[in-house]
Amino acid sequence: MMTTVSRMVATRALGWLVTMLIAVPAWAHEQQGQAAGFVTGLLHPVSGLDHVLAMVAVGLWGAQLGAPAIWLLPVTFPLVMAFGGFLGLVGIPLPGIEMGIAMSAILLGAMVAMESRPPLWLAAALVAFFAVFHGHAHGTELPPGESGFLYSVGFVLMTGCLHATGISIGLIHRWHTGRIALRGAGAAVSAAGFFFLWRALA
Amino acid sequence: MARAGVTHRARTVGAGAALLLCLPATAHAHLVTTGLGPIYDGISHLFVSFDDLLVVVAMALLAGLGGPSAGRQTLFALPSAWLVGGVAGYLGRVTVLPAGITSLSLLALGILVALNVRLAPWIATTVAVVVGVAHGWLNGTAIASAGREASGLVGIAGAAFVVAALVLGGVVSLRAPWTRIAVRVAGSWIAAIGLLLLGWTLKGRL
Repeated sequence: MMTTVSRMVATRALGWLVTMLIAVPAWAHEQQGQAAGFVTGLLHPVSGLDHVLAMVAVGLWGAQLGAPAIWLLPVTFPLVMAFGGFLGLVGIPLPGIEMGIAMSAILLGAMVAMESRPPLWLAAALVAFFAVFHGHAHGTELPPGESGFLYSVGFVLMTGCLHATGISIGLIHRWHTGRIALRGAGAAVSAAGFFFLWRALA
Repeated sequence: MARAGVTHRARTVGAGAALLLCLPATAHAHLVTTGLGPIYDGISHLFVSFDDLLVVVAMALLAGLGGPSAGRQTLFALPSAWLVGGVAGYLGRVTVLPAGITSLSLLALGILVALNVRLAPWIATTVAVVVGVAHGWLNGTAIASAGREASGLVGIAGAAFVVAALVLGGVVSLRAPWTRIAVRVAGSWIAAIGLLLLGWTLKGRL
């Protein structure tokens, strides 16, 4: 196993070295809009209730499911969300984005409300599927003149913080009353999702 | 028909991506003037250049997961390679690296951290040297192109050493299982940032 990993790393390092052999002149310039890009990225995930509720629901569901889902789901979401953002950035279209986002709130909320315990791979796949829509819709909304890199840093950080918020809230799952409250919260997220869906279809 | 269009577009984007990644990087220099001289300018550079800072942190996280031995070797290999690469870039004044070097570094290192890969010390050191030389080279060419003094590279390498030491010390000393998971989560975030950065690179907006 270790040998395979070592071989993979060695192959990757060799590939890098080969690409380094292409020599062309470079230029330097100072960047602008750095701080604004970071702050925009930080604020963007919390500026839309649809995004916030889905992120928090992922954390709530992870907390309900316990280890390893409690950390696997919040790891899956930002990674696949970034892939969705990547698709958006390179211009690959995704149909029904707003409906996908609304459906994410409906289904993730329903999972929490029903305290559903599917196999881990299925839970991860469900979260990953909807993450693509969120990334495609929100990961590329950079105002002109701001840094794309720092926007991405802020966007990913805040998304992770929303998951952490969901997990923190979800820790009430250990108490009986907390479990009921958590299921109620899931139902509320799901209901909000129906509202988002109605708005997307209108 | 629409599906064929998307497939064609995906292939075009893939080909464009491959081509762009082979093109030379623009040396993004966040050149700071502290008024205290080039070494302090170099130190400040690392802390205002998230792309370089994040690479140092990612490398330190990866080496830290590998254990004390991998951590110790990386602690000295990364800043040294950064300095050597920087001097080479300063003297060479040309960028020989593909445009997506920062995004690929973050993506690869972040994924390795997220997967909790424990690299053997010599592999961790090799990766640190490759990463250090590549990013140092970019810094060196940027400093040379801006007409700044090469001694700024000493400040950058010194700051990289301090950041790597702090992160490595923290990661190596982790004992509770959940703390290791926190490191892996951080790795996944770094990989996500790298993937988005790759998209911005292809889009031409860094």
